[in-house]
Amino acid sequence: MHDNMEIPVGPQHPALKEPASFRLSLSGEKIMQASVRLGYNHRGIEKACEERTYIQDLYLIERICGICSHAHSTAFAQAVEEIAGVNLPKRAAYIRTLVGELERIHSHLLWLGVAGHEIGFDTLLMYTWADREIVMDILANVTGNRVNYGINSLGGVRRDISPEQVRQIAKAMDALEERTKYYIELASVETTLINRLSGVGVMSKKDVLRLGTVGPTARASGVARDVRKDDPYAAYAEINFNVVTDNHNDIYGRTIVRLGELMESFNIIRQVIKNLPDGPIAVKVARKIPSGEAVSRYEAPRGEDLHYVKANGTESPERVKVRAPTLANIQSVAFMLEDRYLADMPIVVAAIDPCFSCTDRSIAIKDAEGKGKKKKIVDWESLRLHGIEWYSKQGIDFTALNKRFKR
Amino acid sequence: MGFLKKLVNWSRLKSPWILHFNTGACNACDIEIIAALTPRYDLERFGVQLKGTPRHVDILVCSGPITRQTADRVIRIYEQMPEPKLVVAIGSCATSGGIFDGCYNVEHGIDSVIPVAAYIPGCPASPKAIIDGIVKLLKSMEEKEKSS
Repeated sequence: MHDNMEIPVGPQHPALKEPASFRLSLSGEKIMQASVRLGYNHRGIEKACEERTYIQDLYLIERICGICSHAHSTAFAQAVEEIAGVNLPKRAAYIRTLVGELERIHSHLLWLGVAGHEIGFDTLLMYTWADREIVMDILANVTGNRVNYGINSLGGVRRDISPEQVRQIAKAMDALEERTKYYIELASVETTLINRLSGVGVMSKKDVLRLGTVGPTARASGVARDVRKDDPYAAYAEINFNVVTDNHNDIYGRTIVRLGELMESFNIIRQVIKNLPDGPIAVKVARKIPSGEAVSRYEAPRGEDLHYVKANGTESPERVKVRAPTLANIQSVAFMLEDRYLADMPIVVAAIDPCFSCTDRSIAIKDAEGKGKKKKIVDWESLRLHGIEWYSKQGIDFTALNKRFKR
Repeated sequence: MGFLKKLVNWSRLKSPWILHFNTGACNACDIEIIAALTPRYDLERFGVQLKGTPRHVDILVCSGPITRQTADRVIRIYEQMPEPKLVVAIGSCATSGGIFDGCYNVEHGIDSVIPVAAYIPGCPASPKAIIDGIVKLLKSMEEKEKSS
């Protein structure tokens, strides 16, 4: 018997696009244990939000992550609007949905290319990134910037959509749908792709529910969990779409789910531009937000994004908390890596579509046992019950959901 | 100038190899750097190639404000690069700290830690701006070589 060998991967590593560090304990070629170290991208955004006004925060929050920037800024805007009691104009909700889905298309195409790169299929990277430029052009046209769109404002959106832009979007969707059909065909016949991705990064439905995985990673294991359906925001309540799931439980399944979601996004965008209501695109929101707190959820391309905002009646929030989808998924990476080969590591990490700049928040626990405070550890079950109770007080019933996820 | 030095200079002007390191960026500049390398913009027509290790590269491309965690890593990467070496700061955050200036975990741009040869501002710097910046850098390198 030989001793296990420790290999550090990162923070700078060809397989990682962002700084993160993995410590792998190897026995031969097999990973026996994996641990993740985060925090290289921690900038202190939550604290900075407390020092700036709500409008400034909107742009700061947008720069948590450049790939799902619209997800973060919408989630934050929704939370602030809920506290301020603002009714979002319908046209604004539709434009937010449109940009959100365009963002999903660019993110999923980006992922497909990166996944191809990680398995040594660089042709796929070049193909998908060339196609991705179609949607980048549309985003630049609609919002004014290729990335970090800055389209949200509190109480609406900043730019309207002209009939000419609607025509351009419809044309781009047709072009992209044709290309996506080609990728779907590729994924179903290309043996190298199927053999490389099948049976890698396996996670059963039980493990997905146990580890609290979100987004396409969870949906590839048959968990039909999607905030757009479960707790509709923006215009999703008025749009017909399916939640794409798959039962492969592995990275091949995640590829299929993302490709299916691309097709659903085209479908959603067509409905949005067809039913785009008339009216104002924004309402005025006072600079001072009344005191209160709100939790807002958003289905980012990577999964459920959660923002918590606490207002105290001034121009800046008292507390902002962000739970990005990668934080929920990163636990599953360590689980999926164990007992697998070292060569699978890049694709297993890439398969959850990690975004470490989203994830790197920090929590400092002060005075847990300090004066007048009693140390109390809340276990998982009581926390879950507290959540259900809190939501039922708000008028949201989870019993329907619980039936769907009966273990 | 010796023959070997001439050869090194000629090759690094005709085909500069780059290493991309994210020093705490929001991913926006990073995806624009990759977009600049893929078919639509195709930075490779200037001989620019993305490499995986600092020991092979001529230009270090940094994006994002320097966070305290990445500060000593980026110095270590810079020290591993062979001479002559250049650093390009991409995006407003990399040039000055940008929107994150003043955050408790952020230093003020890349040049607070390592010397920078070219600044490409923008939030995020568009692929066109990146190409423009890299080409200007190559041109200035060429002029410097001619004058020496």
